[in-house]
Amino acid sequence: MLNRRLFLKSTGLAVVAGGFLPNVFVRMASAGTPASRRVLVAIFQRGAVDGLNVVVPFAEKAYYEARPSIAIPRPGSGEGAALDLDGFFGLHPSLSPVLPLFKDGSAAFVHAVGSPDATRSHFDAQDFMESGTPGVKSTTDGFLSRAIAGKTVPKPSPLRALAVSPSLPRILSGSAGAVSMTNVSEFGIRGGESSGAASDSFESMYADTVAGTLQGTARDSFEAVKILKSADPSKISPENGADYPKGPFGNSLKQIAQLIKANVGMEIAFTDIGGWDTHAGEGGVNGQLSNRLRDYGQGIAAFAKDLGSRMADVTLVTMSEFGRTVRENGNRGTDHGHANVMLVAGGGVKGGKIYGRWPGLDSSHLYENRDLEVTTDFRDVFAEILSKRLAVKDLKPVFPGYELVEKKRLGIIAG
Amino acid sequence: MVRTGNLPDAGLVRSLMATVRNTRRGIALLLAGTLSASAGSPILAVPAAPRTAATASMSSREQALQALNRLAFGPRPGEVDRVLEMGVSRWIDSQLAPETVADTLLPARLQNLPTLAMSSEEIFNVYEKPVRDARRQRRLASSPASANEIPMTREEAAEAQEKIAPEKRPRRVIEELSSARVLRAAYSERQLNEVLVDFWMNHFNVYAAKGLDRVLTTSFERDVVRPRIWGRFEDLLLATAKSPAMLFYLDNAQSVADPEHRPPVPARAAARRAAAEAMSEESGTVVRVVRRGGLNENYARELMELHTLGVDGGYTQKDVTDLARVLTGWSLEREGGGFVFRERVHDIGAKTVLGHTFSAGGGIEEGEEIIRRLARHPATARHIARQLVERFLSDDPPAAVVDRVAKKFLATDGDLRQTVRALIESPEFFDRTFYRGKVKSPFEYVASAIRATGAETNGRVPVLKQIAQMGEPLYLCQPPTGYSDAASAWVNTGSLVSRLNFALALSANKLPGTSVDIARLIPAADAADPARSLEALAKVLIAGDLTPATRATIAKQLEVRTAPADDPSANTQIALIAGLILGSPEFQKQ
Repeated sequence: MLNRRLFLKSTGLAVVAGGFLPNVFVRMASAGTPASRRVLVAIFQRGAVDGLNVVVPFAEKAYYEARPSIAIPRPGSGEGAALDLDGFFGLHPSLSPVLPLFKDGSAAFVHAVGSPDATRSHFDAQDFMESGTPGVKSTTDGFLSRAIAGKTVPKPSPLRALAVSPSLPRILSGSAGAVSMTNVSEFGIRGGESSGAASDSFESMYADTVAGTLQGTARDSFEAVKILKSADPSKISPENGADYPKGPFGNSLKQIAQLIKANVGMEIAFTDIGGWDTHAGEGGVNGQLSNRLRDYGQGIAAFAKDLGSRMADVTLVTMSEFGRTVRENGNRGTDHGHANVMLVAGGGVKGGKIYGRWPGLDSSHLYENRDLEVTTDFRDVFAEILSKRLAVKDLKPVFPGYELVEKKRLGIIAG
Repeated sequence: MVRTGNLPDAGLVRSLMATVRNTRRGIALLLAGTLSASAGSPILAVPAAPRTAATASMSSREQALQALNRLAFGPRPGEVDRVLEMGVSRWIDSQLAPETVADTLLPARLQNLPTLAMSSEEIFNVYEKPVRDARRQRRLASSPASANEIPMTREEAAEAQEKIAPEKRPRRVIEELSSARVLRAAYSERQLNEVLVDFWMNHFNVYAAKGLDRVLTTSFERDVVRPRIWGRFEDLLLATAKSPAMLFYLDNAQSVADPEHRPPVPARAAARRAAAEAMSEESGTVVRVVRRGGLNENYARELMELHTLGVDGGYTQKDVTDLARVLTGWSLEREGGGFVFRERVHDIGAKTVLGHTFSAGGGIEEGEEIIRRLARHPATARHIARQLVERFLSDDPPAAVVDRVAKKFLATDGDLRQTVRALIESPEFFDRTFYRGKVKSPFEYVASAIRATGAETNGRVPVLKQIAQMGEPLYLCQPPTGYSDAASAWVNTGSLVSRLNFALALSANKLPGTSVDIARLIPAADAADPARSLEALAKVLIAGDLTPATRATIAKQLEVRTAPADDPSANTQIALIAGLILGSPEFQKQ
């Protein structure tokens, strides 16, 4: 452990304030990355992932005491050990595909992050995280929709906000508009042999009835279909030997990469991945959580590899509604907790570092004597990304009632 | 998992939600722009009778259409004539007294939906318990001795679930409820009753995928809402307050008084209470949670904000907190899942809600009293009136109508039949301003298309998926607000594409479980000629209310694709015309 730590420090990858290296994607990018080409990819891990077994505080004795059967062994303790990140935290071994991103400075984690609302209901916590207004149930739209609404671009695409998801998620619901689809190649007018004719007729009918202030949006609707038809993103093959894992998550990320490469004007992409609600038989190095993490890690690694230098335009962030109890329960699982971990990767990220104040796992430091305490508001993370990467000027409408306190700024995004 | 927690079948629920909620509030506000009742919108310029002043009234044919579009799920072939024959006002009177309308053919259509008649307990035993048992088995299998044992993978878990026959899976319950809603909307003769069920189920929204609500929603609609929508509002409100579905959905079942406000208990009882009971959303099952539980304000807030006073109804946070205290102990039985008042966790301190003080020592009667007070509050009258007018008349409800309806509500102690009648009898109801002036919700759109084409549907998953794809998965609105009644919520790029694809699929008879024969809707002589078939179909499907522009667009389509009459593709042609009419901006409106 000590050796690895020294190695990291000596290579400068253990980041210190003010002295970080530009991350690998920025170095790879031949030209600058205009804000207009930038994309935020947000991934929701629905069901509350056990962040303490994702980014493992292996230097905490309390971690091993609390989890006799599911803890991830310390780095250097043989096969299945945590992969050391900074001498204190280690990565779950199933996330080995993500480790290179951390090492080359293009990925970072935020730990002990979460929602200030204390609910342990999946239902409410996801709702609050997506509405961006913890504790307020009456919010009708999602914060990424409000972010899009507050973002001016010269020629907004009808595909500027897109969810690869069977339904439009709460986080993108709102007046700014968003499209959701599970299969990019199937989005369009489907009328068998008459598809083209029907599509043209509909377009003409709706164009003729347009009146008033929303004139442009009628066009956009059919434009979205046309853009996808002509860009035909589904024909774009993964590059650089990227190998997406089979299954819905890998497929979603593959399609998001296709849409990015097809330059359809997408600014925010969203998808989700489930199966994290590990109340029983969570497993440690192997098992339920491990399997999910493998899918998740391989997907993200393939995505970064596929996009290559284009990843400099992309900021990927993952979130989950809350963390899980520090102590394992009687079913070798964990129950609903509080703080969690987020992954931030891609362009502009000052990677190779674990951000956030670590509250500790001693009983005296736990939230309600059971959970990791939230020391960073998830909105702190998004506030930085949205303002610095996506040029969202005013965060007040995005997160009403919230203000990014300068002192608490993570500094996870360059610039 | 989709927001549903560690439910055994969150994955199952997902498949219904699956296609779902597609772009409910997404892009474009397209139809809002193109279709809303804004002056000058060409679609409103119905050719035969150009709109003159805002006060112009409708022709009797238009009145029949307005009644069928707003008080029913749209006309079936020939129905406008039947209503005219009967007289529009007599038809309305009969719809206002559904018990007088024969609905003899409906029961046969619903007979293959066995869960509709089951008690919550039966549904639990048949549909939930096997899944929960299987899950428990998996837990047991994964926890014994060997620490290195690898738990079941997702695939293995899925396979375990596969062993439960499809018709016994939990999602079946929501599917059957949804199918029944579609079948009733499409075929019931008591149309206004069905429109009002939709309205009130939405007003008192519960999310049927949340834990036990998968089991409880069937009874909620059948036993709580349906029997009370023609009675007094306070009875409906109180019944929802005591309904297991609402108590679970908005967490009141687990709201308990802070320990210092609980009634004193003898020492032995106190010891027993260590295993106190409450419903836990965490596992969606009945568990002994908790003495550390506390007040949950969720229901109290929504009771005032959504169910009665409205968000601007003049209540404070203190009112919310004290109302929650008043309602502590309103919970569910551990066995059977019925309503129970748990005296031992009821807050016995003094409380003040909306200026009314309850002195210390009260019980269940406090909650009953405050709910009746809320039901009769003038702010509630305005809130309910506004929502009704928004639903039946316009996204921008005229103040005069809202006032009139609210006054009737107050004057009749919340008599819902008289309140609805006051709305329909308002002169504005037949004002031309509002003719085809409101965008249909996805459910209304699908139901009206099925009715317009005289389609035979079984109401099963394929048609439910269509509604879900347009953004309104039935019984699956997660937030307590329910679905919006305004066009802006429904019209966006994704859902428009879904509407158009539905129109084409339905007309081409390509929707599994639903059959249509468009050619049969018009005389054979018309069917042989493209131009005449367009006119004939426009008449049957949308009472001729196509704008010249839409007509011209479809006609142009016909020139390109004229087929000889004896060619089998003539039917394809007719189906395409019907698809274009059903997908047109005009048909999106009621």
